[in-house]
Amino acid sequence: MASTALHDTAVLHNHDHDHGHHKETFITKYIFSQDHKMIAKQFLITGIIMAVIAMILSVLFRLQLGWPDKNFPLLETFLGQWAEGGRIKPEFFLALVTIHGTMMVFFVLTAGLSGTFSNLLIPLQLGARDMASPFLNMLSYWLFFSACMVMMASFFTVTGPASAGWTVYPPLSALPKAIPGSGIGMTLWLVSMTLFIASSLIGALNYISTVLNMRTKGMDMWKMPLTIWAFFLTAIVGVLSFPVLVSAVVLLIFDRSFGTSFYLSDIVVAGQVLPNQGGSPILWQHLFWFLGHPEVYIVLMPALGITSEVIATNSRKPIFGYHAMVYSLIGITVLSFVVWGHHMFVTGMNPFLGGVFMITTLIIAVPSAVKTFNYLATLWRGNIRFTPAMLFAIGLVSFFISGGLTGIFLGNAALDINLHDTYFVVAHFHLVMGSASIFGMLCGVYHWFPKMFGRLMDEKLGYIHFWFTFIGAYLVFFPMHFMGLDGVPRRYYAFTEFEFMKEWLTVNTFITWAAIVSALAQVAFLWNFFYSIFYGKKASQNPWQSNTLEWTTPVERIHGNWPGEIPSVYRWPYDYSKPGHHEDFIPQTTPFSETMSSNLPHDFEGNAVAEKIQEDWVRNNPKVTTTENV
Amino acid sequence: MKKNTNLTEVEDKQNLKAKKFLVWLFIISSFMIFAGLTSGYIVYTAGSPDRGLKTILPQAFKYSTVIIILSSITMHLAYKAAKRLRFNQQMMYLAATIVLGILFMVVQFYAWQVLTRQGVYFVNYNASQSFIYVFTGFHMLHIFAGILMLVNSLTGALKRIPQVRNLFRLEVTSIFWHFIDILWIYLYVFLLLNQ
Ligand code: HEM
Ligand SMILES: [Cu+2]
Repeated sequence: MASTALHDTAVLHNHDHDHGHHKETFITKYIFSQDHKMIAKQFLITGIIMAVIAMILSVLFRLQLGWPDKNFPLLETFLGQWAEGGRIKPEFFLALVTIHGTMMVFFVLTAGLSGTFSNLLIPLQLGARDMASPFLNMLSYWLFFSACMVMMASFFTVTGPASAGWTVYPPLSALPKAIPGSGIGMTLWLVSMTLFIASSLIGALNYISTVLNMRTKGMDMWKMPLTIWAFFLTAIVGVLSFPVLVSAVVLLIFDRSFGTSFYLSDIVVAGQVLPNQGGSPILWQHLFWFLGHPEVYIVLMPALGITSEVIATNSRKPIFGYHAMVYSLIGITVLSFVVWGHHMFVTGMNPFLGGVFMITTLIIAVPSAVKTFNYLATLWRGNIRFTPAMLFAIGLVSFFISGGLTGIFLGNAALDINLHDTYFVVAHFHLVMGSASIFGMLCGVYHWFPKMFGRLMDEKLGYIHFWFTFIGAYLVFFPMHFMGLDGVPRRYYAFTEFEFMKEWLTVNTFITWAAIVSALAQVAFLWNFFYSIFYGKKASQNPWQSNTLEWTTPVERIHGNWPGEIPSVYRWPYDYSKPGHHEDFIPQTTPFSETMSSNLPHDFEGNAVAEKIQEDWVRNNPKVTTTENV
Repeated sequence: MKKNTNLTEVEDKQNLKAKKFLVWLFIISSFMIFAGLTSGYIVYTAGSPDRGLKTILPQAFKYSTVIIILSSITMHLAYKAAKRLRFNQQMMYLAATIVLGILFMVVQFYAWQVLTRQGVYFVNYNASQSFIYVFTGFHMLHIFAGILMLVNSLTGALKRIPQVRNLFRLEVTSIFWHFIDILWIYLYVFLLLNQ
């Protein structure tokens, strides 16, 4: 029985390409795999490698900020011409900041996060054999991989990587001769991003189609775990916003290589007046931030979904306000498209328009607050299990609050005139986006590691990793608020050249030390991760006693996910500690007929027959319910 | 065993439905590119009175509009023929659609020539005029992709692939082809309104 079912799935996957073999070779299993679980792992490991690289870049530029006048001969050994005499060059500093931002935002927190967990969990938690199109799924990974390679290649060019910041504003990005990084480095950045956008779009199309079309029997939308809701809405945001970045990038390419003037006007480079006239650099900002703001939610929402699931499971309580959680995600999805102007308050925009963007921006704080309160209410008086995953989930909540609050200050146009482009903004988005999403991602890794590799990660190392990273992140980013309030601008190489900023040197040195310590703490994670893949403790089928479908699949992680039939779903995923039941969790696959002692009238959604049966049962078994309720 | 095969059939149908849905989603994202470009045009043009089309659109755009509407009709006829199992008719209409598609591209190129004769160049201090080339050029990329899909359907029909898959290819192709037809009309009307 089991083997026939397996065979059937193999046939299924051969629909869009004719070769009928289903013997797996090394290449089809580990490299050009079309299995969603393997693709998820590919995304994760590539994402982790990119995160390590991006983190090292950040430590490098922090060295410059912490000790602006010191030489580190070691740097020259490793970086050669980029750090002649042991000091990072100004041009290279800009490149480091740019590539750090690009990699973290797009490669780690977009592809690494959505790519891993949407691929892993959408089929597993919905009861599907695989994605809508396994082939496109594979293509999505390889496009992402190529994007990473192209971006890395820019470090091996003579003029270095792109240096115009992760938002690549023209004219810096549009004029190959403006700074060294605007040459081939910028071209490679554009190529890499084009590949990346294609990858994300293909991925997003697949996620949406799978969620809408391939849910198992009984899994209606309102029985989906919040993870899936979050991935689904994230994908919708992606489909609507990434194409706009394509338009922006295309116009930029025309300006760079064909001599058009979409973004360029009145420019003098090295004493020479450029021919480009009539363009508008603000046009780029509009197009970019129309993607850019939704992008920050593309980064955040999957993390919110993951933590909802982990917090409910480890509090042994139903998530507080499931519907409110979904509606707030929908609210964020819609609102994220109408707030982009808050990044442009100081571009000379019409004050009335600024007011409109200010109001929409402040409104988006409402669904965010709803989510925060629901997390806290779920934790409140829960039977909390402090697994590493749970700690990281709680960490996310903390960062989401502390970073979200500063958003409200920035959202006020009048205040933003002072705060724009200072370290206050850097503090804001590193807490609310950077730290929160990374914590969501790490939370997911600790929680679903057994599902990916069949083994458990070490808890002690997990705790060490958590505490050093959590405290480290606050030590790094919290002081930046004060620098920002004093007007210290972001992206300055030699800030000590300005009298009023000199006093911030000690703070910068402190931040750099904190950054180095938190970076070293990641070694605990990397060791734990890679060691546990091979030698971790073997996991049981449902190690966290969780309700969702993925824990009904065999530990061996077979192609097609379930041997035999896909299980049906009867209830929502959050029946934890339900009064009257003998265990503190009831998987989604358990029908109500097997849990008569714990059923509640509203479980039946108005089905009169079922309610009647339940009433009869309660009348005949009065004792059981009363004792179990105590 | 019997139950099992039924089950796969259900999963199979679900799978094809999901794949077809992918095409619709692709269309949405593709439309967003043009929505981005046209919004960009509006934002740019609103910035200064020196900007704007400031030219008469070539007559050729009218002809290309007629051609592409005709091609949508032949596309639909091909699909209908395939449903009625009239494969020769299907292939004939597909070929006609391909020819019309190529003709459309030729007329668009001609329109570009007319534009340059009017002094409306791609490299231009008034980027509103450059936008005409971006709109039409990006649209032509889609036409090109559409023609590739048409050729794919045609070769499938020539090789007599199973009807389920023939119909599936054709359906996907026709959804896309009608989309780029409507897309052109959107772009043309957009340009006319800004003339
Ligand atoms: C309470 C809701 C929020 C409000 C009111 C808010 C407001 C703002 C404002 C006004 C700015 C522009 C500051 C400036 O450049 O002068 C900003 C920047 C930023 N925000 Fe938020 N924000 C909120 C939540 C978030 C969330 C949830 C994320 C990410 C998950 C995020 C990510 C960012 C990023 C990445 C930037 C900086 C982009 C850059 O200039 O490089 N924000 N925020
Ligand atoms: Cu924003």
